[in-house]
Amino acid sequence: MTVVTRGFKGRGTRDAQLPPGQYLTPDFPVLSAGPTPRIDPTGWEFFIATGSGERRTWSWSQLRALPTETVMVDIHCVTKWSKLGTTWDGVSLDTLLADVEPAGDFALVHSYGGYTTNLPVADLTGGRAWVAFRYAGAELDPEHGGPARLLVPHLYFWKSAKWVRGVELLRQDQPGFWESVGYHNYGDPWREQRYWGD
Amino acid sequence: MAAARTETPAARTLELDVPDWPAHRPGQHVDVRLTAEDGYTAQRSYSVASTPGTGRLELTVQRIDDGEVSPYLVDVAQPGDAFEVRGPVGGYFVWDDADPAPVLLVAGGSGIVPLMSMIRARSAAGLRVPFRLVYSTRSPDITIYADELRRRQRDDRGLDLAYAYTRGVPPGWRRPPGRLDGALLREAGWPADLGPACFVCGPTGFVEAAANLLVDQDHPADRIKTERFGPSGGGAA
Amino acid sequence: MTESWLTQSGAPQSGAPPSWVDGNELAGALAEVFAVDVTTAQGVCAGCGRMAPVAETRVFDRAPGLVARCVGCSAVLLRVVRGPDRIWLDLRGMACVQIAMPGTGGASPDGPGA
Ligand SMILES: Cc1cc2nc3c(=O)[nH]c(=O)nc-3n(C[C@H](O)[C@H](O)[C@H](O)COP(=O)(O)OP(=O)(O)OC[C@H]3O[C@@H](n4cnc5c(N)ncnc54)[C@H](O)[C@@H]3O)c2cc1C
Repeated sequence: MTVVTRGFKGRGTRDAQLPPGQYLTPDFPVLSAGPTPRIDPTGWEFFIATGSGERRTWSWSQLRALPTETVMVDIHCVTKWSKLGTTWDGVSLDTLLADVEPAGDFALVHSYGGYTTNLPVADLTGGRAWVAFRYAGAELDPEHGGPARLLVPHLYFWKSAKWVRGVELLRQDQPGFWESVGYHNYGDPWREQRYWGD
Repeated sequence: MAAARTETPAARTLELDVPDWPAHRPGQHVDVRLTAEDGYTAQRSYSVASTPGTGRLELTVQRIDDGEVSPYLVDVAQPGDAFEVRGPVGGYFVWDDADPAPVLLVAGGSGIVPLMSMIRARSAAGLRVPFRLVYSTRSPDITIYADELRRRQRDDRGLDLAYAYTRGVPPGWRRPPGRLDGALLREAGWPADLGPACFVCGPTGFVEAAANLLVDQDHPADRIKTERFGPSGGGAA
Repeated sequence: MTESWLTQSGAPQSGAPPSWVDGNELAGALAEVFAVDVTTAQGVCAGCGRMAPVAETRVFDRAPGLVARCVGCSAVLLRVVRGPDRIWLDLRGMACVQIAMPGTGGASPDGPGA
C-alpha cells in the first residue's frame, strides 16, 4: 500500500520528453558506491585490453592530445532522476577503439576504486560513448568522476562509470558491480530496463 | 502526523500517531518514505527522539536548505498528513539501561536527537546511571532542545552538560567559539578507566573527529558507538 | 586480471565532506529480509580478515543500492538492492557472519544445552 504524502513534491518533476518513470532534476545529484578515489593525473592511465593478450594504454597527456568532441546529451539515472541537455567534452570510444580488434562482443569497464560495469562493445561505438573529462565547460569534478569518466548516455547512468580506468574486451559477458546484484544487464531507459527481467 | 513543535528556526519535532507503535530502544531510528502525487518517492532515516513506551513516535528534523526531504518535514508537513515509517530499527546504537557503566554522549548539531531519547529514557525509568553530554552546536539560538536540557540539568540528578559553541556563544561565555577539542572532551567527559559507554552522533565529519579524540584519550574502540548522519547530516555542528 | 584493480585504495577526496554513514543505516533494509537484527552481528571481511560489527561498516547510501564497505581495507562487504517487488542481497564480501543468539548453550543440536 502506498501512502501519498500531501504537499511533498521532491526535487524531480515529470516531463513529457523523459523516458518512462523518470523525473527531471535541476541539480546534479552525486551518487557513489564508495569513497571518491584520489587520482593523480601524472599516474593516470586509460587502457583497452583486447581480450587476446594485447593491452593499449594512454597517459593523461596522450589522451588529451587525441581529437576531442563536445556533445550535448540527456542523462538518465536508474534512481529516477534525469537531466536534459548536459554538455561534455571527451574522446570518442570510436577513436580509442579505431585500430583495436576486439576478441569478443562484450566489454567490462573498470574504474579506479574497483567499480565495474558491463555493456556490449557495439554500444561503445557509433558515436555513442566517450571518455569525458570536462562537464559544462569545466574540468570534471572528482565527485562526478574526474579526472575522467565514461559517458554512455543512451543507457542508464550507472553504465557511465566514474573514475574510468579502462575497458576489458571479453568473449563472454561478465556482469559488473550493479548488474550482478539485481540491476538490468543492458539498462535501456526508454524500455525501462531497471532490474533483472525488466 | 498528529502535531508539530518548533524547536529552533531550523528544526521541528513531529509527533506521529503510528498504530501499534512498539516501545523503541533509545538510539534506534526509523526509515521515513515520502511519496509525491506523481509517484516520486524519497526515503531517509530519522532517529527516534521520544521517550520509549509513550505510544507516540516523535522525530526531530533539522532543515538542510538544499535538501529534498528535510525542508518538507520542517516547513510543509501539517497535522493530518500521512507518510510511511518503517521501524524502530537498529539494535547497535542503543543504550542498554541495564548497563551500570557511566555514559558519555557526544552530539554534533542534530546528532543530539537519539542521545536525547537516551536522556529521556533514563529519566523516565528513574535511573541514576551517571550521564554526561558534550554538545557541539553552532550557536545558542539554533540549539535543539536547549530549554529542556536546561531544565533537566537542574532536575535530572547525575546528568551533566557541556556545550561547545562553534560560531556564536551566549553572553558572558568563557570559552571562545570553536570546535570540540580534546581538552573540552577530557574536562567534560569521563576518563577512560571508568569504562564509560560512549555514544557519538552527528554529521559524518564531526563523528569522525570526535571518535578519534576519544580513541586518543584511550577509550577502547568497542566502547565507542557512532551514528553518522551523512555529509551534511542534518546541519552543521 | 581484476585483482590488482580491486585493491585500489580509496581515500576520501579532501574538500568534499565524507559521504558515508554507519552500518546502522542497513537495519531497515535488512529487517525486511532477516528475522534477527543483522547490524549487531559481527562480520569478517573476506578481503583483509577484519572482524567488526556490521553496524560499524561504512555504508554508501546515495547510490542505486546500499553498499557496505570494510573500515580497514574499503572492500565491499555487502550490497543490497531494493526493487519494487524484490530484494537482492550480495554477501560475498563477508567470509563469515557471527550472530549472537539467546543462550541455548550447546554447540551441537543435541548437545547438553539444547
Ligand atoms: C541513522 C540516521 C539517523 C538520522 N537521524 C536524523 C535525525 O534525527 N534528524 C535529522 O535532522 N537528520 C537525521 N539524519 C539525516 C537524514 O537522514 C537526512 O540525511 C537529512 O535530513 C538530509 O536529507 P534531505 O533529503 O533534506 O537532504 P538531501 O537531499 O539528501 O541532501 C542534503 C545535502 O547533502 C548533500 N549530499 C547528499 N548526499 C551527498 C553525498 N553523497 N556527497 C556529498 N553531498 C551529499 C546534498 O547535496 C545536500 O546539500 C539521520 C541519518 C541517518 C543515517
